[in-house]
Amino acid sequence: MNKNLPKWVDLGLIPLLTLALAFAVSGLVVLSIGQDPVEVVSVMVKGALCNPATDSSCFSGIGHTLYFTTNFIFTGLAVAVAFHARLFNIGGEGQAGLAGVGVALVMLSYNWPHWSIALVVGTLAAMAFGAAWAAIPAYLQAKRGSHIVITTIMFNLIATAIIGYLLVGPMQAEGSLPESASFPKSAALPTMYDMFGWFGLAFDKNAPANISFVLAIIAAVLVWVLIWKTRLGYEMRAFGHSEKAAVYAGISPLKITMIAMLLSGALSGMMAVNTVQGEAERLLLGSVEGAGFIGIAVALMGRSHPVGVVLAAFLFGVLTQGGAELQFALGIPAEMITVIQALIIMFTGSLENMVRIPLEKVFIRAGKGVSS
Amino acid sequence: MSGKTEDAGRLDAVAPAIELIGISKAFGPVQANKNISMTVAKGAIHGIVGENGAGKSTLMSILYGFYKADSGSVKIDGVPTTISDSHDAIAAGIGMVHQHFMLVDNFTVLENVVLGAEEGATLGPSLRKARKELKRLADEYELDVDPDALIQDISVGFQQRVEILKALYRQAEILILDEPTGVLTPDEADHLFRILRNLKDQGKTIVIITHKLREIMDVTDSVSVMRRGEMTKTIATNTTSPEDLAEAMVGRRVLLEVNKKPVEVGETVMQVINLSVTDAHGVKRLKNVSLELKRGEILGIAGVAGNGQSELLEVIAGIGAATSGEVLMHGEAIDVSKHANAELRRHRGISHVPEDRHQRGLVMPFMTWENTAFGYHNEPEYSGKFGLANQKYMKKDAREKMERFDIRPPNPQLVASHFSGGNQQKIVLAREIERNPDVLLIGQPTRGVDIGAIEFIHQQIVNLRDAGKAILLVSVELDEIQALSDRILVMFDGVIQGERMPESTDEGELGLLMAGVDPEAKQ
Repeated sequence: MNKNLPKWVDLGLIPLLTLALAFAVSGLVVLSIGQDPVEVVSVMVKGALCNPATDSSCFSGIGHTLYFTTNFIFTGLAVAVAFHARLFNIGGEGQAGLAGVGVALVMLSYNWPHWSIALVVGTLAAMAFGAAWAAIPAYLQAKRGSHIVITTIMFNLIATAIIGYLLVGPMQAEGSLPESASFPKSAALPTMYDMFGWFGLAFDKNAPANISFVLAIIAAVLVWVLIWKTRLGYEMRAFGHSEKAAVYAGISPLKITMIAMLLSGALSGMMAVNTVQGEAERLLLGSVEGAGFIGIAVALMGRSHPVGVVLAAFLFGVLTQGGAELQFALGIPAEMITVIQALIIMFTGSLENMVRIPLEKVFIRAGKGVSS
Repeated sequence: MSGKTEDAGRLDAVAPAIELIGISKAFGPVQANKNISMTVAKGAIHGIVGENGAGKSTLMSILYGFYKADSGSVKIDGVPTTISDSHDAIAAGIGMVHQHFMLVDNFTVLENVVLGAEEGATLGPSLRKARKELKRLADEYELDVDPDALIQDISVGFQQRVEILKALYRQAEILILDEPTGVLTPDEADHLFRILRNLKDQGKTIVIITHKLREIMDVTDSVSVMRRGEMTKTIATNTTSPEDLAEAMVGRRVLLEVNKKPVEVGETVMQVINLSVTDAHGVKRLKNVSLELKRGEILGIAGVAGNGQSELLEVIAGIGAATSGEVLMHGEAIDVSKHANAELRRHRGISHVPEDRHQRGLVMPFMTWENTAFGYHNEPEYSGKFGLANQKYMKKDAREKMERFDIRPPNPQLVASHFSGGNQQKIVLAREIERNPDVLLIGQPTRGVDIGAIEFIHQQIVNLRDAGKAILLVSVELDEIQALSDRILVMFDGVIQGERMPESTDEGELGLLMAGVDPEAKQ
């Protein structure tokens, strides 16, 4: 926590200002390709937030945005949890991918009688596979000092290769496409359309968002409890701030490294409940679609706090969905949205001090800060 | 300065080397320097004393161009000078020897001296010139260092000489030294003072920042005392005393001696038998060390930093692993292998105030209530159900500890880095002492701690000993060892070089032992 600034500035104003800067620069980029930034923003925002159930001019909107948001909450929480123990888990991509294999295996192995049971076993399978894929880099880091950034990146590549092999080999359904058989319909998870229907509310029937979004919010709350309220979270944070202090207190670095990475891998893995079980209902190639990496940006921007992660995940959800809309409505290439995302990551991640340092000076001059 | 000292009198006609006029500097609401004026005569050794946070380092940082003063001006040799960075300072003939040396470990002495003052595109000419210059300086000032030795291979005393050489090579006429003797043996410190006197004889001006009053008395011509950002006193050294200086620093009369009554020593609590430690690089840090620790005694371990004391503490505390040997607690062996766990040590009645409170003793970004339970956080009173922490109790407990140990400001929500060194140390002490351990391991109890707090901390240690507990004290401050210990062991190069009783030894003898010389064998 920064000691020169009040909390609301540290957690509220600075992210907003950096975001505003990122958008301002993005606006210049948009201008440079001959588009009107105001129109671009309005198309993006409307395309990301509109609801086809009530708005006939809307094609996909909020139901898609929340689907992407769900992915980013899981992967963002995963990075955040590991980061509290000062472990940089870059392996969300591979962990979520392998978790998809786990989900597919349990869904195809038995005809689960009800979606609620399928949700529980699917989630457990996703967590177990995601955690297992994080366990090896964690152990190598804790025991052998192999840098976790390097090993998790390598494990992403290995995961891609394994999934590719499985989908053209043992798990391939009949036909020529590299995908698994479809899961039994009887255990399909409720979509957001179904859930709104329970309360008699209208929602986009085609939206991919599903009950996993609720799971993601629950996960965010549990992560908050873990980090700030439990003794394990306390030990993780102590280890994250100073390994020497942790050893002094009798906290085992091996134990904390393993637990933090297993939790992180499990959280990344839960994303597969949303994509593989909830939406595709079969295992496809490339089902993670870079969400593992976006999770890093989400955690950075959310300051590794669950509330921040949820908000940042929503922002990236809006960008992803709104970006698709831009391409559709204005013919702006999809790469443009990648540029805007990159600008946001750059401003919130590495150029934060550009905003922070002048603000600190302002606050110190105003006499509100506390000098060291 | 008043011009009372002989040197100043002789040089009255010459403009003072340093003249600070009305310097003020604020960091936010904290006024680090308030309207400070100070004059240092050319060719004088001037001391600046004051507690941590009194503003000494800020003042010198302004002089060296690290900070910009909010108001006030600087004159060097009578000429108004603007110093906005260290280049300006060097150009004005000011050199600084920092408390933490700014040397490149894997460079040679020569390369370090030249670094930043290279001339031309190739190194050769600069190195040749520096070699010649170093030779001259070595002859002139007793500043001999092997120019081709790597910094990592020479002792801290020599490293300090390299820092001084760096400044002289840049033609410094004014030398500022920040806590120069913190890492030196008494012998090395004496050598340093000889160097400083030689420099003075050659007309150089020297400013020493220190908290050791005896050094001030020994080596300076004049001294300034700072307190809470103000310069409370500037006086010729030969007209003052350590007691007066301490009073001016703290603002009240301070007990420089520890109030300690003799206590009956009880049975042995802990035995260390033939303990050896070899580090990851294969260097033997601890060689067959054996000692006994009894109830009701403070066993002091003296020695220059890095002679195995830290490793000894770490093995006993369950942080480091021994290669061989054993430690018995109440006659039972405790695990000294790499599987040892510090939490289990606490269950055996061993508490530990570590040498490095920033890295080990405290988690700096943690709030006080998180720190006052640190290491004991799995104890039943701090635990809630389902793995939760009992935060309500942790906060209440912290508030009470802060009150009993007079930790200021008494706010359990403040993070550790907000507190002064003394108050940080009190947080650690409160946590460890209040567990009522059988053995207290305590390393550098007053490093970076202000005089007022030192008094309190020493009293707490003595009280614990009076309560019949056993205390193993490691300190590089010989004064502290002598004042507190009931028995003194001196460590050098991983072995116990000798055992002395405080009443029958003196600093000279301990200093020789610390340097690896056995005074008895010599005679």
